[in-house]
Parts: sequence; C-alpha cells; structure tokens
Amino acid sequence: MSLAALTLHEAGEKLRSRELSSVELTEAVFQHIAETDDKIRAYITLAKDAALEQARRADQQLMRNEITSPLLGIPLALKDNFLTCGLRTTCASKILGDFIPPYDATTVQKLRHAGAVISGKTNLDEFAMGSSAENSAFFPTRNPWNLQRIPGGSSGGSAAAVAADQCIAALGTDTGGSIRQPAACCGVVGLKPTYGRVSRYGIIAFASSMDQVGPLTKDVRDCAMLLEAIAGQDPADSTSVNRPVPRYTEALTGDVRGIRLGIPREYFVAGIQPEVEQAVRAAIRQLEKNGAVVEEISLPHTEFAVAVYYIVATAEASSNLARYDGMRFGHRAQAKDLTDTYMISRDEGFGAEVKRRIMFGTYALSAGYYDAYYLKAQRVRALIKHDFDEAFKRCDVIVTPTAPTTAFKIGEKTEDPLQMYLSDIYTISINLAGLPALSLPCGFDPDEMPIGMQIIGKHFDESTILRVAHGYEQATQWHKKKPKMEDR
Amino acid sequence: MKITREEVQRVALLARLRLTPEEESQLTEQLDHILGYMEKLDELDTSNVEPFSHAVDAVNAVREDIVTNRPNADALLANAPDRDATYFKVPKIIE
Amino acid sequence: MNYETVIGLEVHAQLLTESKIFCGCSTEFGREPNHNTCPVCAGFPGVLPVLNKKVVEFAIKAGLATHCEIARSSVLARKNYFYPDLPKGYQISQYELPICTGGYLDLELNGAAKRVRLTRIHMEEDAGKNIHDAHGDASLVDLNRAGVPLLEIVSEPELRTAAEAGAYLRTLRTILQYLGICDGNMEEGSFRCDANVSVRPEGSETLGTKIEIKNLNSFKAVERAIEFEVERQIATLAEGGKLIQQTRLWDENREETRSMRSKESAHDYRYFPDPDLLPLVIDSQWINEVRAELPELPAARRGRLMSQYSLSDYDADLLTSRKDVADYFEAALKTHANPKILSNWIVGDLFRVLKERRLDEQFYIERWPIPAQHLAEMVQLIDQGKISGRIAKSVFEAMLDSGKAPWQIVSERGLEQVSDIGSIESAIDQVLAANAKQVAQFKSGNDKVFGFLVGQVMKATQGRANPKKVNELLREKLNAGV
Repeated sequence: MSLAALTLHEAGEKLRSRELSSVELTEAVFQHIAETDDKIRAYITLAKDAALEQARRADQQLMRNEITSPLLGIPLALKDNFLTCGLRTTCASKILGDFIPPYDATTVQKLRHAGAVISGKTNLDEFAMGSSAENSAFFPTRNPWNLQRIPGGSSGGSAAAVAADQCIAALGTDTGGSIRQPAACCGVVGLKPTYGRVSRYGIIAFASSMDQVGPLTKDVRDCAMLLEAIAGQDPADSTSVNRPVPRYTEALTGDVRGIRLGIPREYFVAGIQPEVEQAVRAAIRQLEKNGAVVEEISLPHTEFAVAVYYIVATAEASSNLARYDGMRFGHRAQAKDLTDTYMISRDEGFGAEVKRRIMFGTYALSAGYYDAYYLKAQRVRALIKHDFDEAFKRCDVIVTPTAPTTAFKIGEKTEDPLQMYLSDIYTISINLAGLPALSLPCGFDPDEMPIGMQIIGKHFDESTILRVAHGYEQATQWHKKKPKMEDR
Repeated sequence: MKITREEVQRVALLARLRLTPEEESQLTEQLDHILGYMEKLDELDTSNVEPFSHAVDAVNAVREDIVTNRPNADALLANAPDRDATYFKVPKIIE
Repeated sequence: MNYETVIGLEVHAQLLTESKIFCGCSTEFGREPNHNTCPVCAGFPGVLPVLNKKVVEFAIKAGLATHCEIARSSVLARKNYFYPDLPKGYQISQYELPICTGGYLDLELNGAAKRVRLTRIHMEEDAGKNIHDAHGDASLVDLNRAGVPLLEIVSEPELRTAAEAGAYLRTLRTILQYLGICDGNMEEGSFRCDANVSVRPEGSETLGTKIEIKNLNSFKAVERAIEFEVERQIATLAEGGKLIQQTRLWDENREETRSMRSKESAHDYRYFPDPDLLPLVIDSQWINEVRAELPELPAARRGRLMSQYSLSDYDADLLTSRKDVADYFEAALKTHANPKILSNWIVGDLFRVLKERRLDEQFYIERWPIPAQHLAEMVQLIDQGKISGRIAKSVFEAMLDSGKAPWQIVSERGLEQVSDIGSIESAIDQVLAANAKQVAQFKSGNDKVFGFLVGQVMKATQGRANPKKVNELLREKLNAGV
C-alpha cells in the first residue's frame, strides 16, 4: 500500500515516531498523483518543489521533537479558491488569468504555521458555482469510483484527491453543499462547520453569508483534527465568531447512547434514489442499535430552500464578483473603451454558469425587484432557520441523506440549470441557517457508487456531530474501501 | 413571460457582461424558467417575518484606529494588466 | 411669475482618522500612488472589511453636535456600480439604516437666524483617484484614497438662497473642525459639496425638477453655481422650456453649469446590507462616552467669549470661526488679559499673515508664526507703556517665525519707549530750537503745525518717545511761551 493511502492520524503517528519522514511521505503522495491524475484530474496546480521544501523544514522540526501541531509534515490539498501567497490561484476561472496572490488566506497561514505541506490547488466548479466540478473553466474532475461520473461539486477536486489518496487530507469550501455533496459522491468525510467557526479571509467569496471552509478527509478522526487546526476567530473576518475551539478529537468517544436523532420527513420523499434511502435508513438503525434514539421531526419549509438559496446566494455573488473587472489583476480584453473593456473581459473570463448566476443575482437586487425577490427570500430564510431552531428542541442532531442520488454521469445534467439546482435540496437549508453538518459514507449503490449520510448539528456543536459520525463509522467498514479508478 | 429580452439587456449592462444575441435569447429563456420556479415563495405569507439579516448573532465587530499596514505598491501591482510607475493603468475614463 | 429657490446640500467630509475605514492602511495625504493600499482597500479577491471604531465615534460626535438622533441599530450596505476608482465594484456605505437622522444647524445670516434641518448623516468609504495619462489614451488609478472614511451629511431642501447655502457650509465646516473630525478643506477635497437645486412658483408646495450640481471646489463656487443655476432654470421655464432631472458640472473657468455626458439614465445601485459586516448597535453608554468628549461647540464658545470678555458680535464671530483661532485667543489671554487689543491683533495682523501664507484654510495651530504667549506679552508691553502701538508693529514683524519673545526683540533693537521726562524735554528743546519758523506759526494761531513738531520730536527720538508724553510736554513748552 502506498504511503499516500495513510490517514492523517496514521501518518502523524509515523512521522512523530520517525518511522517515516515528511519528505518520504510527500514524495509518495506526488508519485501517486503522477500515476493517477491523468485519469482523475483533481489538481489544477501542483506545487511539488515548494512542498518538498516545506517537508524538509517539517522533518527538521520533527527531528528536534518540536511537534507544534498534529499537521506537522502532512501533505494537504487546497481547493483553488483559497488564496495562497506566491502560488497561482485560479478559482477554476479564466478571469483570474495567471493571478499570483500577494498574500495567504488566514486558514492557509494557520496550516503553514502548523508545518503542514501544501501539495497543490484542486479543481472546482468555477467560483464554486456548481455541484459537479463540470463548470471548471479548465477540465472536469472525474470520480475515482467511476471515471465517467462526476466527483460532485463544487469541491470536486478536493474530494476526488482525498478519495484517490492524492493527498492525506484536503480543505474545501461549502456554500450550498459544496463540501458535503462531493464527499458523498466520492465516499469520503466532509464537514461544513458552523458559519463563523472558521475564517473566510482569503477565500474567494461566492455567497458571503453562507461560505464556510471545511475539511475533506478519509475518516472522522482526521476531520476532527483538521477542524481543530483551522477553527477560531480571525480579526480580519468580522463574521468569524469569538468562541473557544473545543478539542474536537475528544468528542470521538464512539458513545451515541441517548443521542436523539431527528429524522425530517421532508427529506425522505419521492425523487430520492431507492438505494440512497435504504442505506441511510440502515445507518440510522445501526445508530439505534448502539443506543441512539430516533425522533421524527418536520422541517416544513424545506421545499422553499432552493428558491431562497438561489436568490440570496446569486445576489451576494453578483456583488462579490464585480471586482473581477480586468482593471487591477486578471484577464483584460483589448477593447475600444472602458465600458467595452469591462464587458468583454468579463464575458471572456466568466463561464456560462457564472454569468447566469451573476445575471440572476443582479436582477434580484435591481430596482423594482429587490422586495419581491431578495427581501422575500431573506424572510423565507428566517422561516427556514426557525424550522431548525424548533426541531433542535427535540433532537441533538438531524440525520438525512446528503444527496438524493449517487454521482451522476458527466454531462448528464448540464442542459437544465434548474435540475442541477434541485439536486442540492438536502444540503442547502443548512447553509441558509448557518448550521454545521457533516457527510460520511454509509453504503454503496448497485453500481458501486458511494452513498453519503448527512449529520446536521446545532450551532457550534460540531462535537456532537463528530461523536455520532465516529460512532457510526467505527461500527462499519465503508471508510476502508478504496476506489478502483476505472471507467465503468 | 416574466422577463423580457430588454430586461436581460439592461441587467447585462448593469453587470457589465457582453452577451451575444444567442446568449441573450438563451438567458432570457433560462432566467424566465428560473423566475417561474421562484414564484413558489409567493405561497408563503411573510408579512410578519423579519428578514434574516446576519448569520451570526454578534454585533459591533470593530477594530482600533491604528495603522497596521506597510506600503507595498509593487506587490499590489504585480498582477496588474497594465501599469505606469505605481499607478494602475486602465482604459481612458471619460467624465 | 415669481420663483422660489429650493436648495439641498450633500456634504462629504473626510475624517481625520489615522487609518482607513475598513483596513489598517494609513490615511496620510500625499504619499506616492498606491503606497497607502493593501489587498483590502484595493478590492483583491478574498478580502474582507473590518470597521474602524473611530469612524463610528466621529459619526456619533457629528450627530450629537447637530442634534441628531443616533440610531440604536445601524447597518452598512453595498452600493454597486462599476468604475476604476471603485476597486470592489461597490462602495460600502449606509442606506436604509444610517447612523444619524434628524438633526439641524442654526445659521446666522445678516443678523437673522435660520434653522436648517438635516435628513441624515452616514458613514461610507471614499473612492480612489483617477488622473489622465500624459499621452491621453489611458487613465491612471491611484487607490491611496480608496477606503478613507467619509461622513455624508445631507440637509433637508430648506435653503432658499445661495448666501444661505454658503452660511450653511461655513457653519457645518466649523462644527466639524471644532469636533476635530475633519479639517474642512474644500480646495484639497477633505470637505466636498454637491448642491441640489430646483425652482418653483412662489407659494407652491410641490418641488420643481431637482438638478444636481457637482465639481464645486470652494464656498464661492457653491454660491456662484447656485446663482447661475437658479437663473438658468428660471429662464428655461420662462421660455416655456422643460427641465430634466440631471447632474450638471460647475465649470469654474466659464462660470456656468453644464450637463454631464449622459451616463446610464438612472443609477440602479442595488443596495443591500453588506453580509461581510455585522450590524452596529450603539447603546446609551457608548453615546454618553462620546458626548463626554465633545468640545465646546462654536455657538456656545462664541456666546461665552462675548459675555466673558465683553467682545462684540463681530469680533466674537471672527475669533470663533475656527477652533484653533479661539484656542489661540484664550491661550494668549492666560498670559495677558486684554481681550479687545489681543482680538484686534489676531483678526487684523495675524489673520493677514496667515492669509498671505495660505494658512487661512488650514487649522494647524503649530504652524502659526507667533506663539500665543508672545503675542500676549507684546500687548502687555504696550499696556505697560514700554512700547507704543506703532513700535509694536515692528516688533510683530520681527517676531514672525523668529521664535523670539517680544522683550528680546525690544531690547536687541533698543526699541523701548522713551518715557522719562528729561530725555523727552531735551529732544523737544532741540526741535523747538531748530524749527523757529514753525514755532512762530504755532504762536500766531496755526494749530496744525503742532503735528509737524510732534513728528520732528518722534524723529529725533527714533520713534521711541512716548507719544502721549511728547504731546503733553510739547504743548506745555509751547504754551509757556518763550
């Protein structure tokens, strides 16, 4: 087995016991990338030289036994919407051109400070807008479980890289499900923390009131470790919250006795793939066997979530993406005057989905429509959040499928944007309410495509989510299965 | 139709996006379709609901009035499509 | 038909904070282009704003000084439009929930008092600067100014004449200077004004077509532009023409307003609350803390100076027109309490010097050429009879920039007034002896020649003789006869 297949906690132990060096580990990871990325295309940019330099420094620290963090010497991949100083950042778009950021995102600074090794930048749907990584301006990433299928999105590259052992763990971002859904598609663990738990500074903004940074990992323990390393208030991010960061690894007791699992009836309706429902219900029964208690709950405004999300998120995005104008960085078209320069640069630089969302968001905010769309959506959003507040009076976590289907074929849903939006139905409400949620594997369908179960928690209660997830994981073997990386 | 081609053109100008005539047609259709779906929200009576305004409960995130940044015009201009000394050079702005 | 003018003024005041409103860049003026910038104020990918607490405090101060209601909860909002000096493609400002509402300014114009209400005061960020490239085919953008904090102060359309508008601006500017939040320099752009002007038939309640005038770079420009625009609007209507709502630029050279190149017909700014910033909740404790820091405001100080020092309206006005002038005056009084004479020297000679040096629009008291204490000491010397008023003029000139105390100058140059009878008498005797003809003229009833003789005595004593004593003794001697 390649060293690249190690989990974060396994690799960390071996590094600290000096059984393994960071340079060896990093080289193994890059070797494995070289062998597999032709097929998977998870990475946009590889940073091998810099990574080896970081690995050497980590080894020096390890030799001096200066273990400042469990991430010391561990190769991690970053979604390409994280700004990395000196390393090209594209957001999977042409509009950034060859942009090389002059600064690091706060989260990236934390990783560097911890001595982690950054293997490279992974593919995504352009500007994080999409659920399949097909909207990347460069190339689609392929699902390691079946190369004809999508890896999910928008953090498709990070999820695929983790599943294919092209990194020990990765970071992604989640605005409407973009960590959880690809985690489900690729059979890995993905967590969206509570809004405000992790700094957004230096993450290319999509929907400012929903974006969150989170880990994609091979198992739940890795997820807890990575979350612990990145959580915390950042003075550069006004929306990051001043709350102490718990030792999330201490939540991994495996004890789910007495934990109330809320099962929302609106998430188990027509349209869900039968095997997905079966797998999730079986997982719930497994948890009950171990002492958890099931509560039927209702989230009555679920059916409005997609509409709310696509108004609010696109409105915020239309404003956030105005800075990509060809004036100070990125692609600038040759044009006859200023207005044309704006219009053509942005036309040439943005892909179809991004343009569609900018148009829609601009419309929703424009004079005459603001009340009917944006304001209305924000009111319904308050109702959706209220649903969760009520539900959480009767349960500790909420359990649902992560997505209504397993990963579909590349190209299957690109015709009808609305169809694509509707596949986000299970993940979107969580972002609207700012809640934490995790996806982990709970089975496979007859085509051997992974099925994901979503565990939603109360605000800032990632610990309970991790406890339940860990408890389930340890009672199963799904996380030990590895993809074959073939066409089928 | 919930949205006309003229509206799409107006919005495209507001958003500084050049659209080909085919894109205009396509977008008009797609946005119209999406707006139709959005009508779902009208099913709900929200007259007594305060709009969701901020995702965190906190208020007053402020900083002290101290200069913390060190000038580095070159770093900032390094990615500029065009520059003149330490200015960003852009197409002529006509008042 | 008689028309009534309706004027509303929108002022943008640049705030005197150390750092910008949303990032830690310096607000210092005059740095090389783009040296006071960072990824945040340059609108780079991934950046986020963090509000400068001092900007909020300054806004509260401005609101309290103008009797506004300070909003318990206010929100920062995005105003979206594309322009190269607006790096994010939106300006962070305030829309529905500004920090201050209501409020008023009390003006005095030609002895009459007028109260002008304010609509609102809100916080926002400034944009960068565009300049034209030397070759003419491009523009150059400097973002040093992007992110500098501004207060936008909007008046109700209650001004009725250009002169009222001028008075409003001067009153507002003085208040902001007193508060120490803005230096009020229109020429340098730290205090900007746009005027909204319309006309309507006298007695009508409905507002006419509102036309906005921009590019006003001085108080005079505001007044002249309003006058021009009012005439233009009335003339247009009188000819049966229609007025369209538009923005016009004031052309300083041609002294006229002209229509701006047509931009998008109506600006659709798509305001919405900025999701990157949290709501601002201002409780009474915060307000009281700021209130406790308020200085004595211009009107109050003026009233106090008048009653405390028996100054006239006119003098008190001039002395309180700027806080640094009032501070200087009261500092001088601490050394020597002759308010009337001190006041004359300040508003006469010192103001003249400041104007010559173009310091009259800036309020940096450290740059004044004579310390308050020295000016006071000089007046003290006059009052003690040590120098005459005329000699004082030369002492004043010599004090400018030299840093020397008046006593020093007087003794270095031997300017001390001669008051001892003996010296004066001997000078008088000399003059009388040398000017027998004029003495005879005086004796025969020509009183005018007295002045000439006084002049000669002053000349003989290098101007140092105490004029009063000279007068006295000369008359004595002449009347005593020969």
